[in-house]
Amino acid sequence: MKKSQIGFLFILPWLLGLIIFTVFPIIAALYISMTDWSIIGQETFIGFRNFGNIFSDPAFYKALLVTMRYAVLAIPLTIIMALLVALSVNNQYKGIGIFRTIFYMPSIVSGVAVAIVFKWILDPSYGALNSLLRIFGITGPNWLYDSAWVLPSYLIMAVWGASGGLYIYLAALKDIPKELYEAATIDGAGWRQKIRYVTLPMLTPILFYNLVIGLIGAFRKFTDAYVLGGAGEEGVFYMVYLYRQAFSFYKMGYATALAWILFVIILGLTLIINYTKKYWVYSERK
Amino acid sequence: MALRGIKGETVRKALLYTFYLLGTVLMLLPFFWMISTAFKPDSQIFTMPVKWLPSSLYWDNFKRAFQVIPIVKYMLNTVSIAVLKIGGEVFVSALVAYGFARFDFKGKNIFFLILLATMMLPYEVTMIPTFIMWSHLGLSDSYVPLVLPAYFGAASFIFFLRMYFSTFPASIEESMVMDGASYFLIFYKLILPLGKPALLTIGLWAFLGTWNDLLGQLIYINDPAKYTIQLGLASFSNMTGETLWGPLMAASFMALLPVIFILLFAQRYFVEGIKMAGIKG
Repeated sequence: MKKSQIGFLFILPWLLGLIIFTVFPIIAALYISMTDWSIIGQETFIGFRNFGNIFSDPAFYKALLVTMRYAVLAIPLTIIMALLVALSVNNQYKGIGIFRTIFYMPSIVSGVAVAIVFKWILDPSYGALNSLLRIFGITGPNWLYDSAWVLPSYLIMAVWGASGGLYIYLAALKDIPKELYEAATIDGAGWRQKIRYVTLPMLTPILFYNLVIGLIGAFRKFTDAYVLGGAGEEGVFYMVYLYRQAFSFYKMGYATALAWILFVIILGLTLIINYTKKYWVYSERK
Repeated sequence: MALRGIKGETVRKALLYTFYLLGTVLMLLPFFWMISTAFKPDSQIFTMPVKWLPSSLYWDNFKRAFQVIPIVKYMLNTVSIAVLKIGGEVFVSALVAYGFARFDFKGKNIFFLILLATMMLPYEVTMIPTFIMWSHLGLSDSYVPLVLPAYFGAASFIFFLRMYFSTFPASIEESMVMDGASYFLIFYKLILPLGKPALLTIGLWAFLGTWNDLLGQLIYINDPAKYTIQLGLASFSNMTGETLWGPLMAASFMALLPVIFILLFAQRYFVEGIKMAGIKG
């Protein structure tokens, strides 16, 4: 057998999986989104009616608003927090390994258990947060039970988890050539100028990457929202809405149409961010 | 102007350590609160002003948690999904990555672009058709839909391993080729052992992915006997009506223990992985 044929054999399992679990379902999804499928019974082809129904459903706009609002606030917050933590532990001080481990923890320790713990922390009467506030004489809000405080509740959780992205920034910080800092020192730059004119510009590729990942993450947010909920449908993120349509109401056609809209939104926003890349992301000229 | 000299360095250090300690308190607060609640009787949980520490270790919450859901059984269910899928997922991903990294064949670049595209495509688009497919096969209330797709490799793992295998010098396979070994033997005897650190990294990613996954397990598993630890925790409050925070914190604590052990003892593999690839699992 020729070497090129052997190479093809090595990738064959993935290619089969691609056809079974990606290509075929995508084609099926195109069809299902144009039917009124509900698992049981026969489906009827209804053209674009699902999309029409979605665009006239206030709950869809609500879920979109909840998700977008969270994305717009949580993404910059988490990026700034992770960057701050990374800059602060980018040294060889005694015990730095322990602190790095503690700050990195949220990226490994997550899931339903952590969401449940936060629900208990945010409990208006007996939770840790309002108990802490009470020490300072502040009466805390009802958090998840008050529709105006649901978003801040989710943001608190996002900020707690932000430092989980620590090592991506640390790796990027290590990649910045020492000569740049030396040159800046010779030019008389202080640490603030070094961060402003050397560190931040050199980190823009990783900031760009985290912006895109954060966006996709917000639109795929499910576990926390499923566990925490929130008053006044303020905790119904896009994926929770989609999940309910599919697996509580068995509206498979409608939910598949929602998935396509999700795909178009993510793709569109990614393309827009990608378009702005040339204005602010540093790239090495090759 | 900026802090300079030995005195400036001392002040800087003091400020940073203050920041670290403050951060540590904030990071550990949820765990402190969870453990403290797990060891308190209801009379100390639902009281004002708050009792930060239990007056004595109250173990009944753990007993009560076991009465609500079979925690050990659910954990073992999750572990069995993980065991069934991870070996295959890592092995096949390595196989495919080897093909992409060290061979030239027609269409390779296009296939690789498709691989990258599937990493960007949200799982949600294929979720419902795939669910309907498994339902038609009569396999929807089983672990098969959660396990079997792993045996075709995972795009992000293939991407990561391809990068890793590409860094091996081109000469390493030569002597074995001279001796007439097949490429599969070379893969098995040479590439897999050399790639061990990277394989361990993705194995751990895969384990955490399985341990923390809720959506996939929620969709496919209905039978409470087949529940995973995530499903068990998510359904805990439904089982008890009102939320029993003491037992629920005890259950959450037990569910987090394996993950905390991984964090403490295997952190370096994650960190090496991120350094190697600049990507997060």
